[in-house]
Amino acid sequence: MKYSFYNLVRNSFSYHENWEKAWSSPELKPEYDVIIVGGGGHGLGTAYYLAKEFGVKNIAVLEKGWIGGGNTGRNTTIIRSNYLWDESAALYNHAVNLWEGLSSELNFNVMFSQRGLFHLAHSVHDMQEITRRGYSNYLNGIDAEILNQEQVAKKIPHMNMHGRYPVLGALLQRRAGTARHDAVAWGYARAAENLGVDIIQNCEVKGIDISNGKVVGLQTTKGSVKVDKVGLVPAGHSSVLADMAGFTLPINSVPLQALVSEPIKPILDCVIMSNSVHVYVSQSDKGELVVGAGSDAYNSYSQRGSFDMIEHMMAPLVELFPIFSRLKMLRSWGGIVDVTPDRSPIIGKTPVKDLFINCGWGTGGFKATPGSAHVFAETVAKGEPNDIAAPFSLDRHYSGALVDEAAAAAVAH
Amino acid sequence: MFVIKCPYCGERDQTEFACHGEAHIARPDNPAEVSDEEWGEYLFFRNNPKGIHFERWTHDHGCRRWFNVMRDTVSDKIIRTYKMGDQKPGVQDV
Repeated sequence: MKYSFYNLVRNSFSYHENWEKAWSSPELKPEYDVIIVGGGGHGLGTAYYLAKEFGVKNIAVLEKGWIGGGNTGRNTTIIRSNYLWDESAALYNHAVNLWEGLSSELNFNVMFSQRGLFHLAHSVHDMQEITRRGYSNYLNGIDAEILNQEQVAKKIPHMNMHGRYPVLGALLQRRAGTARHDAVAWGYARAAENLGVDIIQNCEVKGIDISNGKVVGLQTTKGSVKVDKVGLVPAGHSSVLADMAGFTLPINSVPLQALVSEPIKPILDCVIMSNSVHVYVSQSDKGELVVGAGSDAYNSYSQRGSFDMIEHMMAPLVELFPIFSRLKMLRSWGGIVDVTPDRSPIIGKTPVKDLFINCGWGTGGFKATPGSAHVFAETVAKGEPNDIAAPFSLDRHYSGALVDEAAAAAVAH
Repeated sequence: MFVIKCPYCGERDQTEFACHGEAHIARPDNPAEVSDEEWGEYLFFRNNPKGIHFERWTHDHGCRRWFNVMRDTVSDKIIRTYKMGDQKPGVQDV
């Protein structure tokens, strides 16, 4: 059933009790043409674009938990594309272009709000960095405005411009913003199922069957399944899946946490992030402040971050916004993120034939969801990455052609 | 948060320490001769296990010395700490 004003009115006569389920729970079939492992936004999106644009008919998405229960539903929902390097700019801006039409494409309101993102500069070095990146953005056709201190103070009147972390300026991307994170997973799931994709929840992959160097099947908690091509799209378990297929990855899995405050009246109409003092904050439509910072520096699969990291987040936040100092923080949570040496993702082929991987998105995969899914669908369908995905191959760790965004872009990625 | 037992100073709060990734990675003896694949494996590829992990830490805000930690990455429980150069403990030592 299409979501429309007409159907909204029609369903109101039956007290909204007769809406169809957005997606069903089909049984796992014995054989598929393509299986996507991982039912987050990237995986569901991959299945959607495979069915819609590349004509693949028999697709399943296997999710070990439930749709929207992983990192897709745990992040701080920031979307931007003001990356320094050409390769990253192309990938993330492809995503922003798709974000702009996503709600109508999926017939599902993902609440994409282009409220603008201010990347703060606190020192002369920071000003030089944002200026360099701003000009790099211009050259790549990405909107960027380099603001001075007065311009920032005018836009964000309650920010402390002259405190311990003086604000000298900011890089503004107006097309950046936020989206409703779990709506992205739900929207892709519903749209993918409408195109015939089987979404199998509570189905964990336990083994990968390989014959003569080619993937032929998967062992799951719901039985074994034969398959022609597999796309691995995990969030925090890339190394575990790669281990099943007999190869290792240049990845460390670390905890990343975020927290939200009690809801308050509208006070912050943009996204603020600061690379130097490690905090980013926006206000959700419910009124909560959504706050995040850097990841912990040790490997863990525990899904909880360390307490001292919360202090590292809060200290610069209340220094920049003294007005927030008496707010109570309601919830904090951690997720596991897979971090690569250059903080750029891995998209492409693996040492196993017909087994493809899209992982290593680290602390900033959400913003790339549609772009990542779109280029990965093409990679799986054609067996070769397209021009946007090609620089992010696993092979770059042998050739040395890293896309080193670790120092160049913001901490939040 | 952990309490970490520095082999030199005893038990201290985790905030005094910094983690530096997987331990017991040997630099190839002949860098000029190894292939790009072998060098890439040495530089970047890591075990990243869900379970027992051996890693290097430093006591930055203490004795500033390096040591190794054997830790479970699922529970974050530290199984033992030992000095650089000591034999890598086996899982049977747990």
